[in-house]
Amino acid sequence: MEIIKGIGVSPGVAICTAVVIDAEEYRVPRRSVPPGQIRKEVQRLRQALLDATREVTNLQITQADLWDSRIKDIFAVHLHFLRDRTLRGQIADLIKKEKFTAEYAVSVILRDVARHFSQTPDTYISERVSDIYDIERRLLRHLIGSRREDLEHLTEPVVVVAHDLTPTQTAAFDKKYINGIATNAGGRTSHTAIVARSLGIPAVVALNEATAKAAAGDTVIVDGDRGTFVVNPDVQTVKEYQRYADAFIEHEHELDELVHLPAVTKDGQKITLLGNIEFPYEAEIALQKGGEGVGLYRTEYLYLDADHEPTEEDHYQAYMETLRRLGHGQITIRTVDLGADKFTQQRRISPERNPFLGLRSIRYCLQNLPLFTRQIRAILRASVHGEVKILFPLVTNLMELRQAKWIVANIKEDLEEQGIEYDDGIPIGIMIETPAAALTADDLADEVDFFSIGTNDLIQYTLAVDRVNENVAWLYSPGHPAVLQLIKRIYQSAKRAKIDVTVCGEMASEIEYVPILLGLGLTTLSLAPPRIPEIKKVVRSVTMAQCRRLARKALSFDTDKQTINLIRSEMESILGKG
Amino acid sequence: MTRPSTENDYAERMVEIRHEEGLHMRPAMQFVDCANNFESQISVQKDTQIVDAKSIMQVTMLAATRGTILKCTARGRDAREAVETLAKILEEGIPPDKGQEKSKEKGPKPP
Repeated sequence: MEIIKGIGVSPGVAICTAVVIDAEEYRVPRRSVPPGQIRKEVQRLRQALLDATREVTNLQITQADLWDSRIKDIFAVHLHFLRDRTLRGQIADLIKKEKFTAEYAVSVILRDVARHFSQTPDTYISERVSDIYDIERRLLRHLIGSRREDLEHLTEPVVVVAHDLTPTQTAAFDKKYINGIATNAGGRTSHTAIVARSLGIPAVVALNEATAKAAAGDTVIVDGDRGTFVVNPDVQTVKEYQRYADAFIEHEHELDELVHLPAVTKDGQKITLLGNIEFPYEAEIALQKGGEGVGLYRTEYLYLDADHEPTEEDHYQAYMETLRRLGHGQITIRTVDLGADKFTQQRRISPERNPFLGLRSIRYCLQNLPLFTRQIRAILRASVHGEVKILFPLVTNLMELRQAKWIVANIKEDLEEQGIEYDDGIPIGIMIETPAAALTADDLADEVDFFSIGTNDLIQYTLAVDRVNENVAWLYSPGHPAVLQLIKRIYQSAKRAKIDVTVCGEMASEIEYVPILLGLGLTTLSLAPPRIPEIKKVVRSVTMAQCRRLARKALSFDTDKQTINLIRSEMESILGKG
Repeated sequence: MTRPSTENDYAERMVEIRHEEGLHMRPAMQFVDCANNFESQISVQKDTQIVDAKSIMQVTMLAATRGTILKCTARGRDAREAVETLAKILEEGIPPDKGQEKSKEKGPKPP
């Protein structure tokens, strides 16, 4: 038996057989296949080469007149290598001779080429090593990306153990069979954590060596509450966890009874609870869990999940389905918040050095107008079928906002001319998720209909902490005085301009911080649907007077430790009583 | 290319690379593209290293810089023509208008 500590990011306990997948792109484990499977591996290689070639060709076409000739050359280099018969032959031979998996053979051969390149005294050639790695990565992406089939065709419940999970992989999850998730990388707000919470799958991340300790077929325990991962537990441990798991389910049922009760504080303040969703079907879950609508519809999945760039119709269909599933209630559609991910990075020659400060979100959209236009058109067309709002992410200055609004206005004119219906009064809002936006919220508030506070990014940018980097993740703290002061300021700007303000980051789903948010004046919270009952319970247990006092005290502290201690002790007594 | 005479079956030639960049990625791609237009098996030799002229991977691995002497050999119906054409590329470099794909140059010029 082995117990590893990590960060519990999605509550619950799973005791199951492990499936270990290799999502880590840069280190492919040496793995051989039975002789009967060799042909299949060669076939996988061929398919990956074909897909990669098609992908590069498409990139070359779409960006033909966008970039300079050096960049075109790089596409050409990739294509030449992908079509190189000697190279293809070498990889296929290695699969046949050593019975390696296609990905391992690709990795071995291309690393060999890279090593050869890097040892060349000619610096021009030795610098081409990065091209070789790039080609390797591209092929592995196709090979390992296709591995998600392993997760698609499950017939029994499993715990997924991986280095990290990509959106493509999690999108293919079958909730019926995936009972738990354990990853080496990640933090509270990483992609895996968000998806796990939204699907209600127990998950532990930041385990560092989960994939090294657990082998496929091992029995493992994922304890999402205490952040532990147990490999090959003894009988006694399994029993203990079983009891604990049962108690957890009971608690869930208890919370389910709250679903139809209003989210009102003890002293009568109504709090609006909405759902954060990424897939249309989650709109239904948001309602089932007692939410009143969708406060944040993340649309990145339309891009990350498909093998082609979504068309206007793809967007429109997704929005219509969400509206249909919602039936009634509001839905706030956030325009694509892409950047530093598969979609944008594949379209780049070299990864951005600092992607979180790079070309992402609204910046990416404003530089890729056809892509942005398709989405805005679809949102506007959907707006006549429900209470739809547009939300722009990562606005850092007024000019960006004006530009985005100008584009919306132009598209409205186009629709008008084409006789296509839309809601002319569709509310337009922005995410406040950078210190820049928070500090200039007064000005921004005058030009939008609502604010949405994205606490994840706001905290990351304010505290300069990469929330996924295990080494500094502990510095990521919603209770930091700087964060609380910014939130207060944002709320005051919104209040002064008489516009709505929602909190849609993780902070809005954390028991400890919800009373502070209420105390700061925020009465609309948007969170992962499975968290709604728990937060409703908190809302129904407090009074606004208590919350205001808590917020006032928290704002007076000079360290987040004091805030956390205060909330812990207060919440214990409040929830104990409630 | 359709002369079926036996004397064309094998051809070889020593060539000195004059191209300023040597067989760097771009010239190497052009070289390989050109080699792939021929039916013959073509190889390039640098010292003891012999590689397939149709493989970008292998040609780049030669890391042949300006001044390197290469031996170009071809076996096949169009062997002689292949060696002559490829030798020319190595010696004279690729004239800019020939090496570039013309269709792409028609795109709008960047401002």
